[in-house]
Amino acid sequence: MAGTAVLRRLSWQVARVVALRDETATARTITFEVPTWPGHIAGQRVDLRATAADGYSAVREYSIASAPRADGRLELSVERLPDGEVSPYLTQDLAIGDTLELRGPIGGWFVWRESQAEPIHLVAGGSGIVPLMAMIRSRVATGAGAPFRLLYSVRSPDSVWYRDELQALSVDGLCVTVVYTRTAPSNWPRRPGRIDATLLAEASWSPTAFPTCYVCGPTSFVEHVAGLLTAMGHSPDRIRTERFGPSGGKK
Amino acid sequence: MAESRGFVGRRGAANAKLPPGQYLTADFPVLSAGPTPHVPVDSWELTIDGGTNVGRRWSWKAFRELPAEKITVDIHCVTRWSKLGTSWEGVSLDTLLTGITTDAAFALVHSYGGYTTNVPLKDLRDKQAWIAFSFDGVDLAPEHGGPARLLVPHLYFWKSAKWVRGITLVDHDEPGFWERYGYHNYGDPWREQRYSGD
Repeated sequence: MAGTAVLRRLSWQVARVVALRDETATARTITFEVPTWPGHIAGQRVDLRATAADGYSAVREYSIASAPRADGRLELSVERLPDGEVSPYLTQDLAIGDTLELRGPIGGWFVWRESQAEPIHLVAGGSGIVPLMAMIRSRVATGAGAPFRLLYSVRSPDSVWYRDELQALSVDGLCVTVVYTRTAPSNWPRRPGRIDATLLAEASWSPTAFPTCYVCGPTSFVEHVAGLLTAMGHSPDRIRTERFGPSGGKK
Repeated sequence: MAESRGFVGRRGAANAKLPPGQYLTADFPVLSAGPTPHVPVDSWELTIDGGTNVGRRWSWKAFRELPAEKITVDIHCVTRWSKLGTSWEGVSLDTLLTGITTDAAFALVHSYGGYTTNVPLKDLRDKQAWIAFSFDGVDLAPEHGGPARLLVPHLYFWKSAKWVRGITLVDHDEPGFWERYGYHNYGDPWREQRYSGD
């Protein structure tokens, strides 16, 4: 529980959409320009407020996907929820030049700082990849030496976010293992299925390397993986978690 | 507020039971900072300490022999979901604090797994707080804080510490886990006190 957060009042900032990129058929990455953004640490979140013409507004919380940057740009990646109020708008209607409001950064626990020298084990379930991607990008951006491993659980080959970037970064101390739970690519060596103890042991650091583990995904996924990590001998205080659902929305 | 072009939103019927900025959920989402501790009841204990009449300690058996109450309350998570009319069973803090005289104005709540949260002592008295061991008629599941959690429903739900193991009464307020990471020190949902400075 070391570390202190900077406690300051969070105020709403106008954020202009400057780029849009589809990650999958149902997920999209939005790049915002926020000239007054105070900066963030990889893993932190943001409140997003959308306001209708009559003044009605809705606020949702999203993890930040981008590493801290000096140019006031910030990326969010959003999964469209069929019954969502805000995510269908963000993933289907939003256009370049539109404005929303953001407030943050939020949260000081599920974060990775470049001063952390220990090995890092990231375990993502579905859209839980987002804050972990910010950590991977932050590691690259800062030239930090800490070795990273990512175990990324997805339903099928077409539900992998940041595919090309992850592939490009899979050198130089980042090892990526993708696990498919429903459909695997043809000739894939492992049958589709959820992460088990054997796979986790293969893809993660031994507890004797004293890694810090970050696990993010749906509640049942996080409960399962955090339980396996604890059973493998990882100390619970080195396992940080962020859960979402079962209501589907990111928190 | 700046208008967001093209955003319409979905206006539910106004619900007077919903604090500002909250939406209703029928599920029971889980938020925890780390792995779920599994605490066997035969090694479980609850303590209250720090008052001038120092040191109360209950084993699970002794705790469960205390008079329990059925509680129906609305709960509000800082991440914006609210759940109305939830059913719990637990022991009132009024019962647990009976006979403890203290000048302390604050309570620091400790959990198995290392979690802490701070609450003014007056918010734990007068039928406002319980140590709950049952939800919806069944034993409280570990991921929801079982075997027992604090239930202080008039504050955002991170104050209702899961896996509670002790309450220390203190003169000076001291931020707990999330309070140190930028969340509001008090956390009143009706005043939308989500983050530090709200």
